[in-house]
Amino acid sequence: MEENNTSTDGSTRVRLDSTLVGSTVSVSPDQLPESETCLNVQDLSLSYGDKIALQNISMRIPRKRVTALIGPSGCGKSTLIRCFNRMNDLIDSVRIEGRIELNGLEIHDKEVDVSQLRRRVGMVFQRPNPFPKTIYENVAYGLRLSEKLPKSELDDRVEWGLKSAALWDEVQDRLTDSALGLSGGQQQRLVIARAVAVKPSVLLLDEPASALDPISTLKIEELIAQLKADYTIVIVTHNMQQAARVSDYTGFLYLGEMIEFDSTVTIFTNPQEQKTEDYITGRYG
Amino acid sequence: METSEKLPQDIGAFHRHRVGIGSWFKSGDPWIWLTATAVGACIVAVLGLLGLIAFKGLAHFWPADVVTIDYESEFGQFRVAGEIVQREFIGRDQYMEASSSASQIEGDQAERWMLKSGNRKIDAPDFRWVYRHEIVQQVKDRDMIVFERSEWGNAYGTLVDIKEQGRSVAPDNPWGELQDRIERVSDLRDQSRRIQKGSINRINYRLEKLRLEKRNRELKGIVDHSDLENEREQLNAEYGVEERRLREITNQLDRDEIEIQIADGRVSTIPMRNVIRAWQPNEMSLWSKLGHYFSSIWIFLSQESREANTEGGVFPALFGTVLMVLLMSVLVTPFGVIAALYLREYAKQGPFVQLIRIAVNNLAGVPSIVYGVFGLGFFVYLVGGSIDDLFFKAAQPAPTFGTPGLMWASLTLALLTVPVVIVSTEEGLTRIPSELREGSLALGATKAETMFKIILPMASPSILTGIILAIARAAGEVAPLMLVGVVKLAPTLPIDGNFPFLHLDRKFMHLGFHIYDLGFQSPNVDAARPLVFATAFLLVLIIVALNLTAITLRNRLEARYRGAML
Repeated sequence: MEENNTSTDGSTRVRLDSTLVGSTVSVSPDQLPESETCLNVQDLSLSYGDKIALQNISMRIPRKRVTALIGPSGCGKSTLIRCFNRMNDLIDSVRIEGRIELNGLEIHDKEVDVSQLRRRVGMVFQRPNPFPKTIYENVAYGLRLSEKLPKSELDDRVEWGLKSAALWDEVQDRLTDSALGLSGGQQQRLVIARAVAVKPSVLLLDEPASALDPISTLKIEELIAQLKADYTIVIVTHNMQQAARVSDYTGFLYLGEMIEFDSTVTIFTNPQEQKTEDYITGRYG
Repeated sequence: METSEKLPQDIGAFHRHRVGIGSWFKSGDPWIWLTATAVGACIVAVLGLLGLIAFKGLAHFWPADVVTIDYESEFGQFRVAGEIVQREFIGRDQYMEASSSASQIEGDQAERWMLKSGNRKIDAPDFRWVYRHEIVQQVKDRDMIVFERSEWGNAYGTLVDIKEQGRSVAPDNPWGELQDRIERVSDLRDQSRRIQKGSINRINYRLEKLRLEKRNRELKGIVDHSDLENEREQLNAEYGVEERRLREITNQLDRDEIEIQIADGRVSTIPMRNVIRAWQPNEMSLWSKLGHYFSSIWIFLSQESREANTEGGVFPALFGTVLMVLLMSVLVTPFGVIAALYLREYAKQGPFVQLIRIAVNNLAGVPSIVYGVFGLGFFVYLVGGSIDDLFFKAAQPAPTFGTPGLMWASLTLALLTVPVVIVSTEEGLTRIPSELREGSLALGATKAETMFKIILPMASPSILTGIILAIARAAGEVAPLMLVGVVKLAPTLPIDGNFPFLHLDRKFMHLGFHIYDLGFQSPNVDAARPLVFATAFLLVLIIVALNLTAITLRNRLEARYRGAML
């Protein structure tokens, strides 16, 4: 009785989820040609002092696609995403082994300028973190650091950035107001505009909608769908529906290990690993 | 019936039982009363203190009526005129010690008035006690004039005559004539001061520079200094011209004299050049008294002191205090902020950094006189002495920087207040959310760029809080200053028209030390006492003003960053 119940229940949920998957991509990332790989992670291990956070992770993140990382809290998905722009360098006790190649270049190489890398790989955090400056200055911040643009070009880039983040219409009349006066959802889109304005090739989104209300979340998701035409997007989320809606590829992490990485369709309809199936059917996490 | 009996019982279970002192203590009410009383006591103490010094200090400038008193004591009959500055009761025993005729007083106490009778050098003493029961007659003479003199304090008396070059003027309107002539000597005095402080001071300064230049050349072995000699002769000639002008003015100042009759009928001559102001308090309306009051306060604030600081104003001390505090702030801010940035942003957090932090906190508790001793030994003798050896050889053996001065006083106080700035800056840095740092770094900013563009602006309110605390501590500090640069009377201000305009090597005056000097070192205690209160009040006002400026600035900055803080 009980056995029967479990199996029926599990298969029903998997099928239900499949209707939610937004992407039609079904090719496994490992079968893609080398040229379509943006970030190539090989045997990445990371530890904080004695504590091992990531273990032998290998994955090929495809170019101009949305890749979602899912997994229970503390599984290392944020740690992994922070490896891609070397934000973990800020922590003293961290030790990293393995390789991460961005467009074929090893990012841990001694000759890599971390500032340049971070301009190529933009990042958006969980909590909206606009600087206590004007809306204009927030978007211009990254531009002023890297490029010496004349005023008119700077204005154009700020406008372009805000338009890319679907925020221009809401703020064009109050660019000189403090960014702290915006709503949470607007602040998060401002932060995306700020990251987009420096024209990165990769955008890392670390639970970008977890602090937002449902309507703002929807707007962010729509924005992600627009941005993937131009950027490789890696999104960390604890919301499986969100991963299913927005991503083309999904990786499932558990206790610092990459259990399964495949197209979102495969992960949600036909997972190869028992642990993945258990997680997405809600058995733990 | 049954329900109506049960109901109150049920409610009673939730009621507080107001029985016994034990449950009152348990309720927490006494604690609220205790805390509120403590705050109330603080407020009463602060307001009482401010009220006392404000009243005692500000009352000094009021042109009080001059009363003429006839009194009869065991030594005879006297007539004296002056302002009543204090009334008090003394016990019978105390009175017996001072006077043998105790039989005269009724009851246990005698009332006595302190009379400021002035007229020093004419009719000493200038302050005297009069027992009320000895007073025979007490009148307010409308013709009584108070003369503020540049020497020997006030004079009280009636105007008898005005003399020009020894001849009586015998004017129709003596009061008007007196005021006109006071105006004249006041103009002449200003001219004389302008020459002394202006051109003569400048010539002396340049002569001193020449002497040093000549000595410098001698030290280098250059023997030819004919150009210097020429310049010196030219300066000496200029000096001669100025000196003649000054002598002319002095002659003009000496032209007039006035004769006054003091209360006991004697006539005395006062040179007109010594009269600064004259007023008839018994004649004045409330409005003219108010005008006089505010002009007295202005004189107190804007003029130099006279007569061993017991007369005149406190301007040099006021100027010295503000300048020293500003210099201290300029020195302590970068020093403290940079140290805090290193401790919080760069240093690897661990036991060693924690040890440094504890040491910094303890540094704030070191007694200030210890800093004074350190400042004298390290800054003045070691650093200052070395600077003299290196750069001011020509002036030796007279020290230039190897002696207490403005620079060393500011540095010593900066050292004294640096822990406060470090601690509050660190607190500000801790409060900045790490998301903002990461946000900036993620956009490709380096750590230094993040520091200057995001962290420092956001920490600025806390830095200002540190400066406010530093100012509050430094402005009231006297003990270390006595060792490293403050003097009772500085001949010149630390800022003047001679290059380089700000003279960091000079000694300066300070309100805190001025209070000490007036209160405890003064040759004329009674004359100095009201000035102690007035100066104390002024010092408090300055600290409040400096603090309010910084607090306003901080609040503005805080409003700007409020939404982004934790």
